[in-house]
Amino acid sequence: TLRLVCTTTAVQRKNAGASGPEKYTEAFIKKQIEEFNLGKRHLANMMGEDPETFTQEDIDRAIAYLFPSGLFDKQARPLMKHPTEVFPEQRKIQWGEDGRPFHFLFYTGKQSYYSLMHETYEKLLNVQKHQDQLIAQDLPLPNEKRNLAGNRWLTKIELEEMLVEKVSDEDYSRFIRLLQKLVALPCTDIEEKYIQKFSKEVPAQLQKVVIEPLQYDEQGVAFSTGEGKRKTASATAVVYDNGTGKITVNGIDILHYFPVLQDREQLLFPFQFLGRIGKHDMVCTVSGGGRSAQAGAIRLASAKALRSFVTEKEVEFMRQAGLLTDDPRVKERKKPGQEGPRRKFTWKKR
Amino acid sequence: QLDRGCALHTAARGGLSSVCSQDVPAERPRAVFHTSESDPAKHTEQHEGRLYNIPLEEVKAVFPHGLPYRFQQQIRTFNEARVMVRRPALELLACLKGSNLAHPAVRYVIYGERGTGKTMTLCHVVHYCSRQGWLVLHIPDAHLWVKNCKELLQSSYKKDRLDQPLQASVWLKNFKSSNERFLQEIKTQKKYMWGKQESTEEGRPLGEVVEQGLARVRSASDAVGVVLRELKQQSHRGSFRLLVAVDGVNALWGRTSLRKEDKSPVSPEELTLVHNLRKMVRNDWSGGAIVTTLSQTGSLFRPSLAYTPQELLGKEGFDALDPFVPIPVPNYSPKEFESCYGYYLERKWLQHEKAHTEDGKAELQFLSGSNPRQLDRLAGPL
Repeated sequence: TLRLVCTTTAVQRKNAGASGPEKYTEAFIKKQIEEFNLGKRHLANMMGEDPETFTQEDIDRAIAYLFPSGLFDKQARPLMKHPTEVFPEQRKIQWGEDGRPFHFLFYTGKQSYYSLMHETYEKLLNVQKHQDQLIAQDLPLPNEKRNLAGNRWLTKIELEEMLVEKVSDEDYSRFIRLLQKLVALPCTDIEEKYIQKFSKEVPAQLQKVVIEPLQYDEQGVAFSTGEGKRKTASATAVVYDNGTGKITVNGIDILHYFPVLQDREQLLFPFQFLGRIGKHDMVCTVSGGGRSAQAGAIRLASAKALRSFVTEKEVEFMRQAGLLTDDPRVKERKKPGQEGPRRKFTWKKR
Repeated sequence: QLDRGCALHTAARGGLSSVCSQDVPAERPRAVFHTSESDPAKHTEQHEGRLYNIPLEEVKAVFPHGLPYRFQQQIRTFNEARVMVRRPALELLACLKGSNLAHPAVRYVIYGERGTGKTMTLCHVVHYCSRQGWLVLHIPDAHLWVKNCKELLQSSYKKDRLDQPLQASVWLKNFKSSNERFLQEIKTQKKYMWGKQESTEEGRPLGEVVEQGLARVRSASDAVGVVLRELKQQSHRGSFRLLVAVDGVNALWGRTSLRKEDKSPVSPEELTLVHNLRKMVRNDWSGGAIVTTLSQTGSLFRPSLAYTPQELLGKEGFDALDPFVPIPVPNYSPKEFESCYGYYLERKWLQHEKAHTEDGKAELQFLSGSNPRQLDRLAGPL
């Protein structure tokens, strides 16, 4: 069974198209498209631009200019887009005038799903036949394995969008198992194009954060900078090499700027973790936030600056220790009808 | 013979200092932090950064009041009083040794940030002077006289002045216990009237004045005033040398937090004790020295980051104390930090396992910023 581990925005979008029978007739949609094109030409005329070369971006800009809106939700603002983007994709009526359905699998209820399964199984049989042929001819089997690390299969919702019909969990897992079986065989080169329709590249996690090299100032002392934020406080830190462990914040020594021990411990943490307590000097500037937030921001900034001084393995250790992650916690909004973000008003029985 | 570094001090008193403290490192590296020299007169730069012991009887005799509270707790815990020899104290002692007593008294102002050891330096100097046989006039904290006073009496001597019987009597008691023998030797030069019936004749020992102050608490502040005046007038004769040691001298010129019965604020001149002390701190007498400390912690209505003489004394105080010899007291130098850390380790004050490692030491140095007070507070829970 497959379980969804990561949730991205693509996954969370509900597929409106597969929900029910057609809400808008084809004629209606055609009319909408004509009206849209006409309207586009009118708009171009109004803005004084050439109607032929009026792109969607120009439309958006023109609408934002003509109908300025202060609403926070972008989707609530006035919108002019091509009808195919506005009206969700739907299934046209699947049977003709005589009542006979077009597709042969219509009466299964999930015609596109079963036809897809049939197609995939056909490809599987093709591959097996090809493999048998190669063995019969005593040719060496190609042993290249596809690189599955950077790819993922389509999610259930993406599959639903593709088929424009609802797919249940079990059906989805059956389909994925079939695809995996197909991919597990050798000689899948012939069906590469078909398989690529159902796989996507996993972005972003392969990107590595670039570590900046050390910079050198006039005396030849190596230094590096880092920035950090925590809950409205933002800090920049410059860490110098060959130091005595002195730290200055906004021109003031840390003993005076952070009289509380807890804040100084936060500052100490990156250096202590790397074992470089007395070796670096630091000059930081910080603004905004409160006492704890400023300490956290400087901690993040100094950890980021220290990355340049340290091997990659130690950078990985720092990341796992949580020294390099932004703290996403911010003050939660107060809701109406409650005294605070979570606290409700005192309950009175009468 | 050398089984405990501490046992050495009570045994050897004079002249063996340099030899012993150089022998000891060879056998027991921890005892480097200590020095056997317990006479401050013989402390030199060699002893800088080392801790010397004061026998407990001396502590009771010389410092009935005046040691910081945390240090007193430490004495009770460790059962010994160890004071670190630091550079500002050595400079002061050198100045005192070389000062000419025929000249008017030189004023020294010890200043520094919070918790760097100003009061301890003052106590070091007081110890030295008492060993040398000076008469020590030690006011532990002048801030105690300008705030939190429960009783204010109208002075019988001057109409617009206010007396503080409680503080005065407390101070007289401590003064008596620390300077017993002087009080018998010094004689009054004038006749003093305490109220309608009692009086002290001319030529009576000062001890009687002190007794009078202790017995009749109402006239305690006047007794203090009398004592101060007598000492000032007689010090230039040379029979004794006078040291005026005031901790928190900026209290004399700041504001008070006291109010009269009609809720109007009291200014420092209206307090008898403060008035007399101000006269004492003026350098119009000879035959001694005046050593004072500035303190922000007890001061009223001053910003917490202020530590220079200008900021804490204000214009009035600065003019009154001018000219003076300023003595800044910095945080611990690396050597001093090491010796303090070593002392805590040796007395098993730092119980945490990590505190014994080099990393632990670096952490302590970072977190305390080499500030003696911060280090003391940090080491407490460890």
